[in-house]
Amino acid sequence: MTQRVTATPAARQAIGALSARGGPVMFVLSGGCCGGTAPMCFRYGEFITGPGDLLLAEIGQCPFYVDARLYHAWGEPALTLDVEPGFPEGFSLAAGDGLHFVVRGQPAQCQAGRPQQ
Amino acid sequence: MKYTPPGKPGSIVSVEGHYENFIGGKWLPPASGKYRVNLSPATAQPICDVPLSTPEDIEHALDAAHAAAPAWGEASAAHRAELLNAAADAIEAHREELAVAESWENGKPVRETLAADIPLAADHFRYFAAAARARESTTTEIDSQTIAYHFHEPLGVVGQIIPFNFPLLMAAWKLAPALAAGNASVLKPASPTPWSILKLAEIIGDILPPGVLNIVNGPGGEIGKALATSPRIAKVAFTGETVTGRLIMQYAAQNIIPVTLELGGKSPNIFFADVMADDDEFLDKAVEGLVLYAFNKGEVCTCPSRALIQESIYDEFIARCLQRIAAIRQGDPLDSETMIGPQVSAQQLEKVSSYVDIGRAEGAEVLTGGHPAHMEGQFADGYFYQPTVLRGHNKMRVFQEEIFGPVLAVTTFADEAEALSIANDTLYGLGAGVWSRDGSRAFRMGKAIKAGRVWINCYHQYPAGAAFGGYKVSGIGRETHQMMLDHYSQTKNLLVSYDPKAMGFF
Repeated sequence: MTQRVTATPAARQAIGALSARGGPVMFVLSGGCCGGTAPMCFRYGEFITGPGDLLLAEIGQCPFYVDARLYHAWGEPALTLDVEPGFPEGFSLAAGDGLHFVVRGQPAQCQAGRPQQ
Repeated sequence: MKYTPPGKPGSIVSVEGHYENFIGGKWLPPASGKYRVNLSPATAQPICDVPLSTPEDIEHALDAAHAAAPAWGEASAAHRAELLNAAADAIEAHREELAVAESWENGKPVRETLAADIPLAADHFRYFAAAARARESTTTEIDSQTIAYHFHEPLGVVGQIIPFNFPLLMAAWKLAPALAAGNASVLKPASPTPWSILKLAEIIGDILPPGVLNIVNGPGGEIGKALATSPRIAKVAFTGETVTGRLIMQYAAQNIIPVTLELGGKSPNIFFADVMADDDEFLDKAVEGLVLYAFNKGEVCTCPSRALIQESIYDEFIARCLQRIAAIRQGDPLDSETMIGPQVSAQQLEKVSSYVDIGRAEGAEVLTGGHPAHMEGQFADGYFYQPTVLRGHNKMRVFQEEIFGPVLAVTTFADEAEALSIANDTLYGLGAGVWSRDGSRAFRMGKAIKAGRVWINCYHQYPAGAAFGGYKVSGIGRETHQMMLDHYSQTKNLLVSYDPKAMGFF
C-alpha cells in the first residue's frame, strides 16, 4: 500500500517501546475541538474502525487510520508522525514520559525542527 | 486593574503546594501517591502539583457517588434547587477569586472570566435549579379507565469529561443539569486545567451532600478511559475532539448507556454587504463580531474561525476589522485591560504555529499576525500567539481544520447562495454567525445553515435557556437548555387500569 504517513526515528522508537511494554498499538488521527488534529495512540483493536476510516499507513505492524471524510476535506496531505513534549490528547497513550505523538503536514517542516517552549 | 498572580503575596487566590482529588466530600490523595506539576501558560511557571490518578481513584469516586446517589435522587426538587442556588450564590460571592484562578491556569483574560465565565457558571446553576423545580411529569389518558403516568427519574451516577477551554463554565454546563435532575457525578477535568475546578470545589463542595460531586484528575488514557468504560456509570457526557467522542460512544455501546457529546467546529461567520449600509453602531457591532474569533484566544469549539465577507464590501470591511485587530491588547491575563492571553499550553501554541505554516504553504495570504508573540519580563516564556488573519479559499486546510487558536480564515462570496454553500461546506455543524440588516435574509440563512446554533447579528453569547449543540460530526445532545434534563433522566411509565373487568383473553 501507499504509505501516506512517515514516522520519524523518535516516533518509531516510542512505538517500539509501547509495543514492548503492553503489546501492539494503533493510531487514529483526530480532528476538531480541544485536542485538535492529533494522532491518538491506542492499544491495537481498542478503537473500532469502520468503512469510513482510511488506512493511511502501516508503521511496522502499527496501522494509522483517519476518517476518510476529514482526510479528503484536508486535501489528502502527506503526514509525518513525530514525538514532542506535552500531554497526550483525549484517551491517547503517551509517547513516553512527558511526551505525546504529533503529526506534521509536511516532512520538510520536520527536518527544519521547531523550538520547544 | 491588575490582579496579583495566585500564590503571590497580596493575591486574592491562595494556592497550596499540592492538591488532592475531591471524592465523597473529602480531599483524598491519589492511590498512586503520584503528582505532577501544573503550569500557568502565561509564565510557564508552576502553580501547584495535582494528582496523577489511576483507575483505582475512579473506583473510589464511583463508590462515593453510588453511596450518595439514592438519597440525592429521592430528595425533593425544591431541596436540590435550594442547594444549587446556594452553590450559585457561593460562586457569585467568590467571582473575582475564581476568575483570577481560572485566568491564571487557562490564560484567558480576566475581563472574560469576570464578565462571562464565572457569572454564566453561577447563572447556569440557577437556571437548572429553576428548570428542575418547574419540570412536570405527564399523564396520558389512554382511555377513560387507563392512564399512563410518566415520571422523571435520575439515571444514578454519571461520568462527565470536560475540556480545558472553559474549565469552570464547562463544569457548570455538565454538573448543573446532572445534579438538578438528581444524579451524582464523577467529573474528570482536562489535563491542562486541573486546578481551578478544585478551587470551585473548595467553594461549593461543602454545600452539596458528600459524594454528589466527585473530581478526579489524571491522564485521559488511564482515568478518562476507566470512567467511560465503567459499568458503574449510567451515562457519559463528553466535550472534546472527534476520535475520543467516537471511542466514548463505542464504550457506551458496550455498556448500553446514553452519551451526549459536544465535539468540534469550524464555524462560519457571514457578513452581508448591507452591514456597511450605514456607519453606525450596528456596523461597529459587526466589526467586533468578526474580531470575536480572538475571544478566549480562539480556544472555543464555536470559534467563528471562517469569516465569509460579501465581495462588494470586502476591502472596506476587512480594513476596519484589521484596524480593530491591531488594537487588541495582548499580555498578562490578570490585567483587566488585556484582551488576549496565552494559548493554554506549549503544545497548543505549537499546533497554532504549525497551522499558520500550513496556511502559508498552501498559498493563504497573511493579512496580520502569523507568528508567536514575544512578551517582556515574567511573560517572556508564556505561550502567546499573535491574533492572525489568513485570506484564502474554503478548500484550504486552514478553512477545514479546527485550529483552536486566534487564527481567522477569511474568504469572500458573491451572493446568498454562494455564502450558504461555503458555510455548509464543512464536516462540522456546531455554530455559525449571520450579519445582515435584512431580517428576512438572516432568517433564511439561519434556517438553511446546518449548525445547531446560528447567532444572528451577535456571536459568542451563551445564555442558559438557548439550546447549544452540534449537527453533523459536531456532536449529540443540546446543553444550556432545560431539554438537557431529559438527557440526564430516565422515564418511568406506570400504565394503570382503573377498569375492574378482565381483558377476556383467558
